[in-house]
Amino acid sequence: MSLALISTHTASASSSIDITSGITSSYDSYEFHFVNMHPATQHVHWQFQVNASGQSGFNETITSSHVVSYHNEGGTDYAVAYSGSYDQAQGTAYQSMFYNLDYENDESCSGVLTLYAPSSTTYVKQFTSRVQGNHHSANYSMESYVAGYINTTGAIDEISFKFHSGNIDAGTIKMFGAS
Amino acid sequence: MGIGTGSVSLGDIQTEYGGSNPIGLSEYYGKGNAPASGEIQLWADFQGTSSGTHTLLATVTASASGSLSFTSGIDSTYDVYEFRFENMHPATFGARLAFQMDGGSGYATAMTTTNYLVEQAESDSETYFGYRTGRDQHDGTGYQPISGNIATNSDDAASGILIIFGPSSTTYVKHFMSNANVSGNGFSDNNHVAGYFNTTSALTRISFAMSSGNIDAGQIKMYGIGT
Repeated sequence: MSLALISTHTASASSSIDITSGITSSYDSYEFHFVNMHPATQHVHWQFQVNASGQSGFNETITSSHVVSYHNEGGTDYAVAYSGSYDQAQGTAYQSMFYNLDYENDESCSGVLTLYAPSSTTYVKQFTSRVQGNHHSANYSMESYVAGYINTTGAIDEISFKFHSGNIDAGTIKMFGAS
Repeated sequence: MGIGTGSVSLGDIQTEYGGSNPIGLSEYYGKGNAPASGEIQLWADFQGTSSGTHTLLATVTASASGSLSFTSGIDSTYDVYEFRFENMHPATFGARLAFQMDGGSGYATAMTTTNYLVEQAESDSETYFGYRTGRDQHDGTGYQPISGNIATNSDDAASGILIIFGPSSTTYVKHFMSNANVSGNGFSDNNHVAGYFNTTSALTRISFAMSSGNIDAGQIKMYGIGT
């Protein structure tokens, strides 16, 4: 697989990062690498949504699964579990890829979202994500596996990232085309 | 991954640097060794060049090695570093591949991690999905296992990918995640490990070792992603 860097987006007290160009049929899949996404608000969820070509708003229908693995620095709490509050069943909300991210100065989340064949007009659009970050205020390490599909056969050409509340204080998202 | 040093086609350039069809050479101004404008020459400007977005930085190969380390090349050049390890074979039955990082004071950086296992037996008689205590750490400074127990049969080994985010940051703790699969004694073990190094100091070196005994064989490649 070869990755081509298409664009870089840096947050600075941004309400969202919207990527509105560059998602085309040029690549089979797209990878979004987000590094040290830092929220302005405590206990927020890192999310994305997409927009289909010719439509308006980031509100496509998503069915998804959400699994987390967590462990606190004190060593007293750990598990791997399904997160039923952060999946969607034909929902049109922003999809949470990581929940309850803490906001201390050295805390953030990083990960990779892969969007497969967004330009297909035959198939629904599958996605997978894996995110690692600082969970909750009690010093947890948490990893999230989120996957699902955007239930449309329309081509996807825009994507939006945000926290469910408050601004993106800092962080970088790079969009790669994979071929 | 880079364009070879042989003949260069427009397809090679598109694969490496992207671009839409129909291919227009002006899309590649400033790429490789191409000028910002004017004439572009396929061979002279692109032969042996790389987009730099998934760049192989170094390869280490084990041969009855106590550890394998990358002691240079981890710096602020890249946001993300990826380590692909293939066919890591231990000298000692049941050893796990593990890693640590260092910012200059030894391979003992505190980390908090998670570890869960998805397992299936060749016989289809046993499966497992669950958290693995004893293979995680809570502000521990040991080497972090990123594989399950590897058997020493000649065809058993562990392979996978470890990703480190922002190792050169002096603001944030350092997040990482790995996924490795092990074949051993009739089982497929898929280990998911993630966590963070609890330091805001830059980490510049990484070491891989078996939890017990030598790394009999195997290869690790370090890539930089995203300039």
